[in-house]
Amino acid sequence: MPDSQGKIRVQCEVNGKAVSFEAYPMERLLDALRVQMELTGTKEGCGEGECGACSIEMDGSLVNSCLIPVLQAEGAKIRTIEGVAHSAQLSALQQAFLTHGGAQCGICTPGMILAATNLLARNKNPTDDEIREGLSGNLCRCTGYTKIFESVVEACHTRKREQDA
Amino acid sequence: MRAFVPGYHMETPPTLAAALQRMASEPSGWKPFAGGTDLMVLLEAGKLPHRKFLSIWKIPDLRGIAASSTHVALGALTTYSEVRRDELLGREFPLLARAAAETGSIATQNRGTLGGNIANASPAADTPPALLVYDAELELVSANGTRVVPFHGFWKGYKQLSLHEDELIRTIRLPRGTHGWTHFYRKVGTRRAQAISKVCFAGTARMEGGKIADLRISLGSVAPVVLRATETERALRGARPTPMVIRAAQEALAREIVPINDIRSTAHYRLRVAQNLLAEFCETISA
Repeated sequence: MPDSQGKIRVQCEVNGKAVSFEAYPMERLLDALRVQMELTGTKEGCGEGECGACSIEMDGSLVNSCLIPVLQAEGAKIRTIEGVAHSAQLSALQQAFLTHGGAQCGICTPGMILAATNLLARNKNPTDDEIREGLSGNLCRCTGYTKIFESVVEACHTRKREQDA
Repeated sequence: MRAFVPGYHMETPPTLAAALQRMASEPSGWKPFAGGTDLMVLLEAGKLPHRKFLSIWKIPDLRGIAASSTHVALGALTTYSEVRRDELLGREFPLLARAAAETGSIATQNRGTLGGNIANASPAADTPPALLVYDAELELVSANGTRVVPFHGFWKGYKQLSLHEDELIRTIRLPRGTHGWTHFYRKVGTRRAQAISKVCFAGTARMEGGKIADLRISLGSVAPVVLRATETERALRGARPTPMVIRAAQEALAREIVPINDIRSTAHYRLRVAQNLLAEFCETISA
């Protein structure tokens, strides 16, 4: 129920931790993450679902957090870029982005990593076209995409080597 | 500029009945809100006119894909991702699967819904051309009952729906029986991924002895509504698609569509591309 100001209490799970916060029901999940939870890894680019900078996982699905009203995050399991590394251990994708120069200015990087992480969770062995499609909702103005694409390919190879070992 | 967010209200009715009751108690007060891929963009731009929304995203009665011997019924909240994953749809209604794959990004496809695509009534929407060629029907529900209407004609004009203020789109029904038809879909945009279309063309046809025994054609972004090109169909039905017949059909198409100049393209380009796509369609079905 809304309080006298019209705010509601939202309870959800962010990066494995239970969180509870107050907000107006149509506030953007992006703002709740960045301002209330101080998880500023998630970026804002366009604010209209075109650029993918604010990509997060919600209940296992890749979504643009600028298009999610907080009310719809009630009870959801959310993962942001802060929840991708295992404590100090970078994920294979993050490591590949470092190795291949997949990150330059860094604004698109959290969204790219989330989109690629989500792709690899859905598709163990993506084709080149599937990788391109998986990243097509994330815009980058620095890299020309090739290094990002190569980073994801490398992460796929790393995973395969680890599985075969 | 972003809207004043405290001025907006949203509730989560737990069931379909509760949502319909809320809409009946205050007609024109409450509007349904599904995945938010259109409405949140309007909110951010300060152009969202309504103030009170019912989040229907988690209502189970509006979800799911079910097939009977005669129809496939898609809950209005079926997302583009769910359409893409469904094997039966891919086999029997490939244009819908293709349209879903060409709509927005993966993140948009995870949240955008077929019901939302219909209710938003954009003439540039990607799935309606496919729904029109498959003769989709809509099941509309309100606190007073249910009615089924053809999707063809459901959009009366630009963003004008034949939907009462207390009604929700519950199900999109597709009649089965597309076996043996050829399917053709082309979306022309600025970029292959995630662009809004300049022209979108969907067509199906059944050939018999080199003649077009039957066909259906629909186009997006060339009129105030997504159009079923019935005059063009008439020019081709029963005919052998010779260059002369195709030329006549292209002229019929020119009379039927009303493309405009806007931020995405020009009327001239749209007409030319629509006619070219018609020719490509004819070549594809006769190949």
